[in-house]
Amino acid sequence: MSDINKEWPLWEVFVRSKAGLDHKHCGSLHAADAKMAIQMARDVYTRRQEGCSVWVVQSDQIVASDPGDKDMYFDPAEDKVYRHPTFYQLPKAVDHM
Amino acid sequence: MYTQAMDTMGKEPGDGTKPVRSADEMRLQERFDERIDAGDFIEAKDWMPDHYRKTLLRQISQHAHSEIVGMLPEGNWISRAPTLKRKAILLAKVQDEGGHGLYLYAAAETLGTSRDQMLDALHTGKAKYSSIFNYPTLTWADMGVIGWLVDGAAIMNQVPICRCSYAPYARAMIRICREESFHQRQGYEALLTMMQNGTQAQKEMVQDAVNRWWWPSIMMFGPPDDQSPNSAQSMRWGIKRVSNDELRQKFIDATVEQAKILGVTLPDPDLKWNEQRQAHDHGPIDWEEFWRVIAGDGPCNRERLGARVKAWDDGAWVREAALAHSRKQQQRDIKEAA
Repeated sequence: MSDINKEWPLWEVFVRSKAGLDHKHCGSLHAADAKMAIQMARDVYTRRQEGCSVWVVQSDQIVASDPGDKDMYFDPAEDKVYRHPTFYQLPKAVDHM
Repeated sequence: MYTQAMDTMGKEPGDGTKPVRSADEMRLQERFDERIDAGDFIEAKDWMPDHYRKTLLRQISQHAHSEIVGMLPEGNWISRAPTLKRKAILLAKVQDEGGHGLYLYAAAETLGTSRDQMLDALHTGKAKYSSIFNYPTLTWADMGVIGWLVDGAAIMNQVPICRCSYAPYARAMIRICREESFHQRQGYEALLTMMQNGTQAQKEMVQDAVNRWWWPSIMMFGPPDDQSPNSAQSMRWGIKRVSNDELRQKFIDATVEQAKILGVTLPDPDLKWNEQRQAHDHGPIDWEEFWRVIAGDGPCNRERLGARVKAWDDGAWVREAALAHSRKQQQRDIKEAA
């Protein structure tokens, strides 16, 4: 069995598909350091001009919400329909507002 | 790339549904089943039954191994491609397969097993990979036929997995399928070039390659449905969406027309259109050969695994040096900051 401590750390890869758009998570890879992670992300995730900018971040640096708390966290927004513009009925003449 | 019904490819000890223990676990199981029934996706950190996790881990890791081992039979021809154009195409395709392996290993890692553990299972012969890569690539026409038939079969198999209930696997498959179509088209085009502009010897080489790859290709869909005991559970869980026989039929029906246009025959005298079924009937498949190759006794099993293990062992010093360099760099940065 290989020694797990010898494994290169895991990185998450974010790619900006074109200027003006957000970076979007697209996958992960193993690399020894940040420079190698960027180079490999280029080779693995942008072989067909899928991007013009790449971010990498070590996976263990990401803090995520707990899926067990999903309901408690996100359901309170469910009954606040007045936060959406479609909640408000306006006369046709001004409805484009 | 390439996969076959991986759920048929051997089990690890400890598999099987365990009795549900606590009321808590029962509630979690119920909720999980409801989500599957509703067509929801399961994410890495969501609760899932042990057996679901193990089934997925086995399928995804073996799928990943298939991509990586699949680089070998084609890599064999990079230095001998007939033109610079064909060499560039083949290089790009083999590079894609490496990328596909990476996407899949990353998806499998989300289930809690490290990359090194998975590679260890491959190198020690515990994990399987697609039987198709244990056949040799004897001529340049094999490169075209692999693209046309082997990648074609793989696409047929993989498109339904884009809707797999396990989201990291589904996302990897979407990316892979997007890249896969070029693989099949370049293969068909390479064959078409030989069939339309080639010498008699080249045309015969194409037909010979089709004859050798046809049966192994339709075996890629796995054993018939009535001999595929794990399929029902995988269907229930939304890991598998379409049965082996249905996929095989779809592939055969699509391929017959392509063969006609190419000008080759498929080596099955019983292959005929069945008006009543609105599908092609085909002759019997040699499943003994299939099981023999899966079990390790194909023409190239030892060679393929040997090449993988050698590449891993020869690269050990590079992996260690890169890590040592990274640690040294970090320490230097700390010192400078102090």
